[in-house]
Amino acid sequence: MDEITAGLAKAVELILALDPAVVEITARSLAIAITSTTIAAGIAVPIGGLIHFHNFRGKRAVVNLIQTLYSLPTVTVGLVVFLLLSRSGPFGSLGLLFTPAGMVVGQTVLISPIMIGLTIAALSGVGPAVRDSALSLGASRFQAIQTIMGEAKAAMMAAVLLGFGRALSEVGVAMMIGGNIRGHTRVLTTAIALETSRGEIELSMALGIILVSISLLVNLLVNRVQGNWWT
Amino acid sequence: MKEISHRTSAFALIAALLCTAAAAEDRAGEGERELLRISTTTSLYDTLLLDEMEDIFEEMYDVDVRTVSGGTGIAIERAVKGDADLILVHDAERERKFIEDGYGLSRTCFAYNYFIIVGPEDDPAGITGLNASDAMRAIMVHGMDNPGEVKFVSRGDDSGTHAREKLLWNKAGFNYSEISTSGASWYVEAGQPMGQTLLMTSEMEAYTLCDTSTFAAFRSDLDLVPLIESDEFLINVYAAIPVSPTVYPETNCEMAKNFINFLVSDEGQDLIAEYGTETIGKPLFNAARGNCDIIGCSGDEGVIPLADDVCSRALA
Amino acid sequence: MIEALGVRAIRGGVEVLRGITLKAGRGEVLAIIGPTGSGKTTLLRILDLLDPPDGGRVLFDGVDLSEDERARFLARRRMAMVFQKPTIFNLSVEKNVAYGLSMRGVSGPLARHRVRSILREVGLSGYENRRPSSLSGGEAQRVALARALVTEPDLLLLDEATANLDPRTAETIEDLIRKAVRREIAVVMATHDLDQARRLADRVAVLMGGSLVGLGSPVEIFETPGSEEVARFVRRRSGW
Repeated sequence: MDEITAGLAKAVELILALDPAVVEITARSLAIAITSTTIAAGIAVPIGGLIHFHNFRGKRAVVNLIQTLYSLPTVTVGLVVFLLLSRSGPFGSLGLLFTPAGMVVGQTVLISPIMIGLTIAALSGVGPAVRDSALSLGASRFQAIQTIMGEAKAAMMAAVLLGFGRALSEVGVAMMIGGNIRGHTRVLTTAIALETSRGEIELSMALGIILVSISLLVNLLVNRVQGNWWT
Repeated sequence: MKEISHRTSAFALIAALLCTAAAAEDRAGEGERELLRISTTTSLYDTLLLDEMEDIFEEMYDVDVRTVSGGTGIAIERAVKGDADLILVHDAERERKFIEDGYGLSRTCFAYNYFIIVGPEDDPAGITGLNASDAMRAIMVHGMDNPGEVKFVSRGDDSGTHAREKLLWNKAGFNYSEISTSGASWYVEAGQPMGQTLLMTSEMEAYTLCDTSTFAAFRSDLDLVPLIESDEFLINVYAAIPVSPTVYPETNCEMAKNFINFLVSDEGQDLIAEYGTETIGKPLFNAARGNCDIIGCSGDEGVIPLADDVCSRALA
Repeated sequence: MIEALGVRAIRGGVEVLRGITLKAGRGEVLAIIGPTGSGKTTLLRILDLLDPPDGGRVLFDGVDLSEDERARFLARRRMAMVFQKPTIFNLSVEKNVAYGLSMRGVSGPLARHRVRSILREVGLSGYENRRPSSLSGGEAQRVALARALVTEPDLLLLDEATANLDPRTAETIEDLIRKAVRREIAVVMATHDLDQARRLADRVAVLMGGSLVGLGSPVEIFETPGSEEVARFVRRRSGW
């Protein structure tokens, strides 16, 4: 237990002192995760909407496939994107490997399925009565869709925040695509892995506490937008 | 208030789980085979040499050997925390500090090989034929002039290999911490294990410092060739250190001593000297036996079995 | 205004409407009565052009719109329906009531004025900024009615619109319906309150087991029911 107490003390000390390395890594983690979440939301919300509002053959299978992809191991995504972005891979000429932009690509691939799936779930949760009410009050098909999206706003927001949480806390993509390069692609999770392997347990704990605190904050936000604050 | 009580109860829960797990571990140990916990570095572990030696040793002494691996930093840290009985690592400076700090009993060299400097076949920095420190200097000079063409990827993880890299920069006349903190784009700090660092180096068409065994294991996936080999500054010595029973009385010092004595025995040294011949056509390690002067393991650090009473004497 | 010609509906393999023919004209209230499960709601949804009939035709102002989605949408803009269980959007009461107007591109002071006056009429003055979760069942029902009336539809479809209301509020709503009818609109209301049907309706349709078993003025239906079946239903339900 001494270790944990010492780690906590060190963490508080580093955070309060605004240690430049810690601040830099935290800022980079947030910037990368926010970018990939924004892009993934731009992809997931329209695709989720298209799937939900259209009936087509194999719709169930598509939804099942998306749900299976929720649990995509981050290292698998990391490996596949690594091979795609590698110098000898199809997108090697873009030079994205071991760059923050490459990490954004990997994280977007990682979190898009869960965000598409949860968007579909959010829209399905609205129920047909909203659509009927909208249409019977003179909404066009498009306006009805807008109304349904509006009703699903909280649940879709939660989907986006969950995607953000996963992007922020994953280590597979960050390590394999980013490469944990100091001052360039080192983020909270890869820094934790590194400091642990260095035997710098206290620093590792401090970074872990920052990560957990951000995740806690995100979860509180999820609860808040879903309207059950502290319950 | 609510937040604090949540945290407290979460910690209590984690602590309870850890205690339960520890208790279960203890019970499992009772009435079963003795346990020897080895903490080692990936460069040794990944070659599977230890696996082979463990199998023989387990049968000789009816003991359960459990090996965990990591960078030299964490490998030593585990022993400092009392989570290992024996360390097998390759960073003389930190090994000596480990002993001076009272955690380790004694240092015994048992094997060595060479670090190599690997890079792209076209060798843009022109280091082929140079000695190790001139090669490092050439990489730096070309890297600063033309960071798009010449890069050096550092482990950057306080591993034994990373420690050797720092030593080489100093030998070449540079201050390592200045290089590391300069933020120059030719110097890339990976902060990852050797295998991943090699893959990154290959992708970036860069140079790196590497141990021969990991390079052999990854070679087929890499567009890299060894450019500097067998330089005297690149000798990589593996040493074994039992954890001192004075710091952790419950440590299995006797079995650690037995393992070291097995490593330095004729049988152990023969195994080391031959390992790899079958699979890759040449040995991955050299036995320390007979080469103690070359590798700087003089006196009682050489290939000498530990005294039978080394553990009891340490306690007394 | 609206006309059903031999309308059939099949739900889950069961025929729940078996060839219904009826119509409602401007300035007229048509009440549809019948036991639970007789097909009242299904019929209203078909008349609102939300669901297509599985047989027969629906004419709006004498035109069959089944082939033309755009025309159906434009027709729907001249109707409004209040469902049995009101679905209030997760917006303020004001925005809920203004919904139909904003769908038609009406906003600003005019929309605000109309919302305000309709809220006054349903007895919900001062509720503009309330959230749906803070409304009682009766209040939600009145918001739903206001939301339908504010668009000044030519055809108002009501599915048990006063079922969850206390007698006084129900009376207010009935007054609103009477007032709307004076504007020469058509009202089709499903109700199981037979007294309400007597009070409000110009004509009453009796639906039993998916078939139209009676159609006529309240006097005809309630006092000289054409069949034993209808007679049993209207007597039992109104306690005669």
